Amino acid sequence: MRTVQRTADAGVLRDVLALGAAMVAVGASFGAVAVAAGIPVWATLTMSAVLYAGGAQFMAVGLVAAGSPLAAVLAGLLLNARHLPFGLALGNSLGPRLGHRLLGSHLLTDEATAFTLAQPDGVARRRAFWLAGTLLFVAWNAGTLVGVLAGGAVGDPAALGLDAAFPAGLIALLLPSLRDRDTRHAALGGAALAVVATPLLPAGLPVLLALAGPALIALRRRRTPTGGAGPTTVPAAGESATC
Amino acid sequence: MLIAVILTLAAGTYGFRVAGVLLRDRLDLPEWARLLLPVAAAALLAALAATAAITEAGRFAGWARPVGVLVGLLLAWRRAPFLLVVVGAAVTAAVLRLLGVP
Repeated sequence: MRTVQRTADAGVLRDVLALGAAMVAVGASFGAVAVAAGIPVWATLTMSAVLYAGGAQFMAVGLVAAGSPLAAVLAGLLLNARHLPFGLALGNSLGPRLGHRLLGSHLLTDEATAFTLAQPDGVARRRAFWLAGTLLFVAWNAGTLVGVLAGGAVGDPAALGLDAAFPAGLIALLLPSLRDRDTRHAALGGAALAVVATPLLPAGLPVLLALAGPALIALRRRRTPTGGAGPTTVPAAGESATC
Repeated sequence: MLIAVILTLAAGTYGFRVAGVLLRDRLDLPEWARLLLPVAAAALLAALAATAAITEAGRFAGWARPVGVLVGLLLAWRRAPFLLVVVGAAVTAAVLRLLGVP
């Protein structure tokens, strides 16, 4: 059992490091962009440490530079509202103690959630959360520091293709859980709905629309009496993800 | 002004994060709701990946990025190692841009 656990940990560590390397590069570009936009160095570093939300940070820098601080706050909060359902889904993966939950909550990101849910429930999931959460936090803040120091010398993350690396990583982590029919339908429907809605709605809302899929499943299930036809259990996301 | 923006945004974001984690702990959720939470998270992550793959600031992101993500998806589907998925997607997008594809 020990060896199995250690092998699993090594696998998660290797995967987190792959995404962490990309995160250092994107963090560096954030640092460079923020300083170039006239955000002071201390504020740029503080943002990465206390806000720790890549998309919202880029958006806030753009809107503050454009002279709309109120829009920066509202848009950033709308963009980050998705973290509430992520926290609900992770459940007790942060640990039993309140201190762990309060500290771990700050490390909750899209990528950390994906890494965590790709592990089987229990100890493996908790270790994956802390491993991914801690390493990605360090990677993002180290990257920001590099960007601030290097300034304009930091390359464009798009030229390196890093903008394609993150969605690809999320999909790879998600793929095993899509073997479950309900999860697959909800994920594909939600993705399609979000893409179609993106040109029409402010950033953040289209992604939240994806919750319509699970909501429909819930409604359908509540109407069918228990013990009736149809699936009554949903395997946890990534239950079969062992590799 | 700037510090107010950063702190408000940080406090609100932490609020969302911690509310989900603590609510899950306090609420005695019915079985069907507990089973649906991972499905909801998967739907959110899929929507996030899809919009990040295809759109940029509310518009089509150009071909290089979605094609790169597609290569990553194919690699993941063929059970390639995670590192290969991430690097494959990035290299594809980078090479396409080098060739002049937006």
